[in-house]
Amino acid sequence: MSDHHHEEGVPHRHPNRPDQDDTLTYWRAMEIAVRELLIEKQVTSPDEVRTEVEAMDDRTPAHGGRVVARAWTDPAYRRLLLEDGNTACEQVGLERGLYKLVAVENTEKVHNVVVCTLCSCYPRFLLGLPPDWYKSRSYRSRVINSPREVLREFGTVVEDDVVVRVHDSTADMRYLVVPKRPAGTEGWSETQLAELVTRDAMIGVSFAREP
Amino acid sequence: MRVREAYPIGHVRTPFYVRGKSGVIERLCGTYPNPEELAYARPGLPAQPLYRVRFLQCDVWNGYQGGRSDTVDVEIYQHWLLSQ
Repeated sequence: MSDHHHEEGVPHRHPNRPDQDDTLTYWRAMEIAVRELLIEKQVTSPDEVRTEVEAMDDRTPAHGGRVVARAWTDPAYRRLLLEDGNTACEQVGLERGLYKLVAVENTEKVHNVVVCTLCSCYPRFLLGLPPDWYKSRSYRSRVINSPREVLREFGTVVEDDVVVRVHDSTADMRYLVVPKRPAGTEGWSETQLAELVTRDAMIGVSFAREP
Repeated sequence: MRVREAYPIGHVRTPFYVRGKSGVIERLCGTYPNPEELAYARPGLPAQPLYRVRFLQCDVWNGYQGGRSDTVDVEIYQHWLLSQ
Protein backbone atom coordinates (compact mmCIF):
# COMPACT_ATOMS: atom_id res chain seq x y z
CA MET A 1 0.00 0.00 0.00
CA SER A 2 1.18 3.53 -0.66
CA ASP A 3 2.11 5.59 2.35
CA HIS A 4 0.74 8.94 1.18
CA HIS A 5 -2.57 10.62 1.79
CA HIS A 6 -5.41 9.88 -0.66
CA GLU A 7 -8.02 12.45 -1.46
CA GLU A 8 -11.06 10.72 -2.92
CA GLY A 9 -11.58 11.35 -6.62
CA VAL A 10 -8.58 13.63 -7.07
CA PRO A 11 -6.14 12.40 -9.75
CA HIS A 12 -2.60 12.39 -8.46
CA ARG A 13 0.78 10.76 -9.02
CA HIS A 14 2.00 7.81 -7.00
CA PRO A 15 5.69 7.66 -6.04
CA ASN A 16 7.71 5.59 -8.50
CA ARG A 17 8.93 2.27 -7.24
CA PRO A 18 12.54 1.42 -8.06
CA ASP A 19 13.02 -0.81 -11.11
CA GLN A 20 13.46 -4.50 -10.35
CA ASP A 21 16.18 -4.91 -12.99
CA ASP A 22 19.11 -7.10 -12.02
CA THR A 23 22.38 -5.48 -11.24
CA LEU A 24 25.27 -5.63 -13.66
CA THR A 25 27.56 -8.03 -11.85
CA TYR A 26 31.14 -8.89 -12.78
CA TRP A 27 30.08 -12.08 -14.59
CA ARG A 28 27.21 -10.36 -16.42
CA ALA A 29 29.64 -7.77 -17.72
CA MET A 30 32.00 -10.60 -18.70
CA GLU A 31 29.20 -12.38 -20.62
CA ILE A 32 28.28 -9.21 -22.52
CA ALA A 33 31.92 -8.45 -23.31
CA VAL A 34 32.63 -11.97 -24.62
CA ARG A 35 29.38 -12.09 -26.59
CA GLU A 36 30.05 -8.72 -28.25
CA LEU A 37 33.60 -9.74 -29.05
CA LEU A 38 32.46 -13.03 -30.64
CA ILE A 39 29.91 -11.13 -32.72
CA GLU A 40 32.47 -8.52 -33.75
CA LYS A 41 34.84 -11.28 -34.86
CA GLN A 42 31.93 -12.97 -36.68
CA VAL A 43 32.27 -16.20 -34.70
CA THR A 44 28.55 -15.92 -33.97
CA SER A 45 25.76 -13.47 -34.72
CA PRO A 46 23.11 -11.72 -32.61
CA ASP A 47 20.45 -13.81 -34.34
CA GLU A 48 22.25 -17.06 -33.55
CA VAL A 49 22.51 -16.06 -29.88
CA ARG A 50 18.83 -15.07 -29.82
CA THR A 51 17.83 -18.36 -31.49
CA GLU A 52 19.68 -20.37 -28.85
CA VAL A 53 18.03 -18.42 -26.03
CA GLU A 54 14.65 -19.01 -27.67
CA ALA A 55 15.38 -22.73 -28.09
CA MET A 56 16.35 -22.98 -24.42
CA ASP A 57 13.13 -21.30 -23.36
CA ASP A 58 11.17 -23.76 -25.51
CA ARG A 59 12.47 -26.73 -23.53
CA THR A 60 9.97 -27.49 -20.80
CA PRO A 61 9.14 -30.32 -18.39
CA ALA A 62 6.43 -31.35 -20.89
CA HIS A 63 9.23 -33.00 -22.89
CA GLY A 64 10.15 -35.19 -19.93
CA GLY A 65 6.46 -35.83 -19.33
CA ARG A 66 6.09 -37.32 -22.79
CA VAL A 67 9.00 -39.68 -22.20
CA VAL A 68 7.66 -40.83 -18.83
CA ALA A 69 4.10 -41.31 -20.12
CA ARG A 70 5.42 -43.46 -22.97
CA ALA A 71 7.47 -45.53 -20.50
CA TRP A 72 4.34 -46.07 -18.37
CA THR A 73 2.36 -47.42 -21.30
CA ASP A 74 4.96 -49.26 -23.40
CA PRO A 75 7.12 -51.90 -21.63
CA ALA A 76 9.66 -52.09 -24.49
CA TYR A 77 10.08 -48.31 -24.44
CA ARG A 78 10.48 -48.39 -20.65
CA ARG A 79 13.36 -50.88 -21.02
CA LEU A 80 14.97 -48.71 -23.68
CA LEU A 81 14.64 -45.60 -21.50
CA LEU A 82 16.34 -47.33 -18.56
CA GLU A 83 19.13 -48.72 -20.77
CA ASP A 84 19.74 -45.85 -23.18
CA GLY A 85 17.94 -42.67 -22.18
CA ASN A 86 19.23 -40.56 -25.07
CA THR A 87 18.00 -42.95 -27.76
CA ALA A 88 14.66 -43.14 -25.98
CA CYS A 89 14.35 -39.34 -26.18
CA GLU A 90 15.14 -39.40 -29.89
CA GLN A 91 12.49 -42.04 -30.45
CA VAL A 92 9.74 -39.67 -29.32
CA GLY A 93 11.07 -36.87 -31.51
CA LEU A 94 13.06 -35.00 -28.84
CA GLU A 95 16.68 -33.90 -28.86
CA ARG A 96 19.25 -36.54 -28.01
CA GLY A 97 20.89 -34.22 -25.50
CA LEU A 98 24.58 -33.41 -25.14
CA TYR A 99 25.05 -35.49 -22.01
CA LYS A 100 24.29 -39.12 -21.31
CA LEU A 101 20.84 -39.51 -19.77
CA VAL A 102 20.41 -41.96 -16.90
CA ALA A 103 16.75 -42.68 -16.16
CA VAL A 104 16.08 -44.07 -12.69
CA GLU A 105 12.75 -45.62 -11.87
CA ASN A 106 10.70 -45.28 -8.71
CA THR A 107 9.14 -48.54 -7.55
CA GLU A 108 7.36 -49.92 -4.48
CA LYS A 109 10.82 -50.43 -2.97
CA VAL A 110 12.90 -47.46 -4.16
CA HIS A 111 12.43 -43.68 -4.33
CA ASN A 112 15.00 -41.72 -6.33
CA VAL A 113 15.89 -38.05 -5.99
CA VAL A 114 18.42 -36.00 -7.96
CA VAL A 115 20.84 -33.28 -6.91
CA CYS A 116 24.05 -31.74 -8.17
CA THR A 117 26.02 -30.95 -5.02
CA LEU A 118 28.95 -29.41 -6.93
CA CYS A 119 26.97 -26.98 -9.11
CA SER A 120 23.58 -27.27 -10.82
CA CYS A 121 23.76 -30.02 -13.49
CA TYR A 122 20.26 -30.73 -14.74
CA PRO A 123 18.76 -32.47 -17.82
CA ARG A 124 17.92 -29.15 -19.48
CA PHE A 125 17.17 -30.66 -22.87
CA LEU A 126 14.38 -32.63 -21.25
CA LEU A 127 13.13 -30.40 -18.41
CA GLY A 128 14.16 -26.87 -19.41
CA LEU A 129 15.93 -24.54 -16.99
CA PRO A 130 16.27 -25.78 -13.40
CA PRO A 131 14.17 -24.16 -10.67
CA ASP A 132 16.02 -21.72 -8.42
CA TRP A 133 15.73 -23.97 -5.37
CA TYR A 134 17.52 -26.77 -7.25
CA LYS A 135 20.54 -24.47 -7.56
CA SER A 136 20.38 -23.23 -3.97
CA ARG A 137 23.07 -24.16 -1.49
CA SER A 138 20.35 -25.12 0.95
CA TYR A 139 18.81 -27.83 -1.29
CA ARG A 140 22.18 -29.11 -2.48
CA SER A 141 23.72 -29.42 0.96
CA ARG A 142 20.65 -30.80 2.75
CA VAL A 143 19.10 -33.27 0.31
CA ILE A 144 22.40 -35.14 0.15
CA ASN A 145 22.49 -36.03 3.85
CA SER A 146 18.89 -35.53 5.00
CA PRO A 147 16.87 -36.53 1.94
CA ARG A 148 13.80 -37.73 3.82
CA GLU A 149 13.56 -34.49 5.76
CA VAL A 150 13.86 -32.41 2.58
CA LEU A 151 11.30 -34.58 0.81
CA ARG A 152 8.89 -34.07 3.71
CA GLU A 153 9.28 -30.31 3.28
CA PHE A 154 8.10 -30.82 -0.31
CA GLY A 155 5.11 -32.75 1.10
CA THR A 156 6.57 -36.07 0.00
CA VAL A 157 6.54 -38.74 2.68
CA VAL A 158 8.50 -41.84 1.73
CA GLU A 159 7.60 -44.89 3.80
CA ASP A 160 10.31 -46.29 6.10
CA ASP A 161 10.51 -49.58 4.18
CA VAL A 162 11.23 -47.79 0.89
CA VAL A 163 14.90 -47.13 0.08
CA VAL A 164 15.72 -43.48 -0.67
CA ARG A 165 18.39 -43.25 -3.35
CA VAL A 166 20.01 -39.87 -3.90
CA HIS A 167 21.80 -39.39 -7.23
CA ASP A 168 24.55 -36.80 -7.17
CA SER A 169 25.06 -35.50 -10.71
CA THR A 170 28.78 -34.88 -10.25
CA ALA A 171 30.17 -35.41 -13.75
CA ASP A 172 28.96 -36.34 -17.23
CA MET A 173 25.57 -37.97 -16.54
CA ARG A 174 22.19 -36.25 -16.37
CA TYR A 175 19.32 -37.84 -14.45
CA LEU A 176 15.61 -38.32 -15.01
CA VAL A 177 13.43 -39.84 -12.31
CA VAL A 178 10.62 -41.97 -13.71
CA PRO A 179 7.93 -41.57 -11.07
CA LYS A 180 5.49 -44.34 -10.18
CA ARG A 181 2.38 -44.38 -12.32
CA PRO A 182 -0.52 -43.29 -10.11
CA ALA A 183 -3.28 -45.78 -9.37
CA GLY A 184 -6.60 -45.21 -11.09
CA THR A 185 -5.08 -44.34 -14.48
CA GLU A 186 -5.72 -47.66 -16.20
CA GLY A 187 -6.63 -47.17 -19.84
CA TRP A 188 -5.48 -43.53 -19.91
CA SER A 189 -3.86 -42.24 -23.09
CA GLU A 190 -0.24 -41.10 -23.15
CA THR A 191 -1.39 -37.49 -23.52
CA GLN A 192 -3.60 -37.76 -20.44
CA LEU A 193 -0.85 -39.46 -18.44
CA ALA A 194 1.76 -36.86 -19.43
CA GLU A 195 -0.35 -34.23 -17.64
CA LEU A 196 0.33 -36.03 -14.35
CA VAL A 197 4.11 -35.92 -14.75
CA THR A 198 5.40 -32.78 -13.09
CA ARG A 199 8.88 -31.28 -13.14
CA ASP A 200 9.28 -31.96 -9.41
CA ALA A 201 8.26 -35.60 -9.86
CA MET A 202 11.01 -35.99 -12.49
CA ILE A 203 13.58 -34.48 -10.07
CA GLY A 204 12.20 -36.84 -7.44
CA VAL A 205 11.11 -34.34 -4.79
CA SER A 206 7.49 -35.29 -5.31
CA PHE A 207 5.27 -38.04 -6.67
CA ALA A 208 3.34 -37.82 -9.93
CA ARG A 209 0.02 -35.98 -9.70
CA GLU A 210 -2.93 -38.09 -8.55
CA PRO A 211 -5.73 -38.33 -11.14
CA MET B 1 35.93 -49.81 -4.04
CA ARG B 2 37.30 -47.07 -1.89
CA VAL B 3 37.61 -43.44 -2.91
CA ARG B 4 41.07 -41.93 -2.56
CA GLU B 5 41.34 -39.65 0.44
CA ALA B 6 43.16 -36.81 -1.23
CA TYR B 7 42.60 -33.09 -1.29
CA PRO B 8 44.31 -31.66 -4.37
CA ILE B 9 43.49 -28.13 -5.46
CA GLY B 10 41.85 -27.55 -8.84
CA HIS B 11 38.65 -28.47 -10.63
CA VAL B 12 37.92 -31.81 -8.97
CA ARG B 13 34.55 -33.53 -9.51
CA THR B 14 34.87 -35.95 -6.58
CA PRO B 15 32.78 -34.57 -3.70
CA PHE B 16 34.53 -34.25 -0.33
CA TYR B 17 31.87 -36.29 1.46
CA VAL B 18 32.85 -39.56 -0.26
CA ARG B 19 36.62 -39.21 -0.07
CA GLY B 20 38.00 -42.15 1.92
CA LYS B 21 34.57 -43.88 1.86
CA SER B 22 33.80 -47.34 0.49
CA GLY B 23 31.07 -48.21 -1.98
CA VAL B 24 30.22 -50.57 -4.82
CA ILE B 25 30.26 -49.92 -8.55
CA GLU B 26 26.72 -49.54 -9.86
CA ARG B 27 27.74 -49.24 -13.52
CA LEU B 28 30.43 -48.10 -15.90
CA CYS B 29 29.18 -44.92 -17.58
CA GLY B 30 31.76 -44.81 -20.37
CA THR B 31 35.02 -42.91 -20.79
CA TYR B 32 35.29 -39.15 -20.65
CA PRO B 33 38.10 -36.61 -20.89
CA ASN B 34 39.42 -35.83 -17.42
CA PRO B 35 37.62 -32.68 -16.17
CA GLU B 36 40.55 -31.85 -13.91
CA GLU B 37 42.56 -31.26 -17.10
CA LEU B 38 39.76 -29.84 -19.26
CA ALA B 39 39.23 -27.05 -16.75
CA TYR B 40 42.70 -25.75 -17.59
CA ALA B 41 42.22 -25.99 -21.38
CA ARG B 42 44.21 -29.22 -21.66
CA PRO B 43 42.83 -32.10 -23.73
CA GLY B 44 42.15 -34.37 -20.72
CA LEU B 45 43.39 -37.44 -22.57
CA PRO B 46 43.52 -40.37 -22.30
CA ALA B 47 39.81 -40.36 -21.47
CA GLN B 48 39.08 -41.73 -18.01
CA PRO B 49 36.56 -44.48 -17.28
CA LEU B 50 33.71 -42.98 -15.29
CA TYR B 51 31.74 -45.10 -12.82
CA ARG B 52 28.62 -44.65 -10.80
CA VAL B 53 29.51 -45.75 -7.28
CA ARG B 54 26.82 -46.55 -4.73
CA PHE B 55 27.44 -45.74 -1.07
CA LEU B 56 25.28 -46.55 1.94
CA GLN B 57 24.24 -43.24 3.48
CA CYS B 58 25.03 -44.58 6.95
CA ASP B 59 28.63 -45.21 5.78
CA VAL B 60 28.93 -41.67 4.44
CA TRP B 61 27.31 -39.56 7.16
CA ASN B 62 27.71 -39.96 10.91
CA GLY B 63 24.31 -40.22 12.56
CA TYR B 64 22.38 -40.50 9.28
CA GLN B 65 18.69 -40.22 10.17
CA GLY B 66 17.09 -42.15 7.28
CA GLY B 67 16.79 -45.86 6.51
CA ARG B 68 19.76 -48.22 6.87
CA SER B 69 19.50 -49.18 3.19
CA ASP B 70 19.32 -45.60 1.87
CA THR B 71 22.05 -44.86 -0.66
CA VAL B 72 23.80 -42.09 -2.51
CA ASP B 73 25.09 -42.76 -6.05
CA VAL B 74 28.00 -40.61 -7.19
CA GLU B 75 29.86 -40.43 -10.52
CA ILE B 76 33.57 -40.97 -9.92
CA TYR B 77 36.46 -41.18 -12.37
CA GLN B 78 38.66 -44.26 -12.23
CA HIS B 79 41.77 -42.44 -11.04
CA TRP B 80 39.94 -41.64 -7.81
CA LEU B 81 39.07 -45.28 -7.06
CA LEU B 82 41.10 -47.89 -5.19
CA SER B 83 40.20 -51.56 -5.09
CA GLN B 84 40.21 -52.88 -1.57
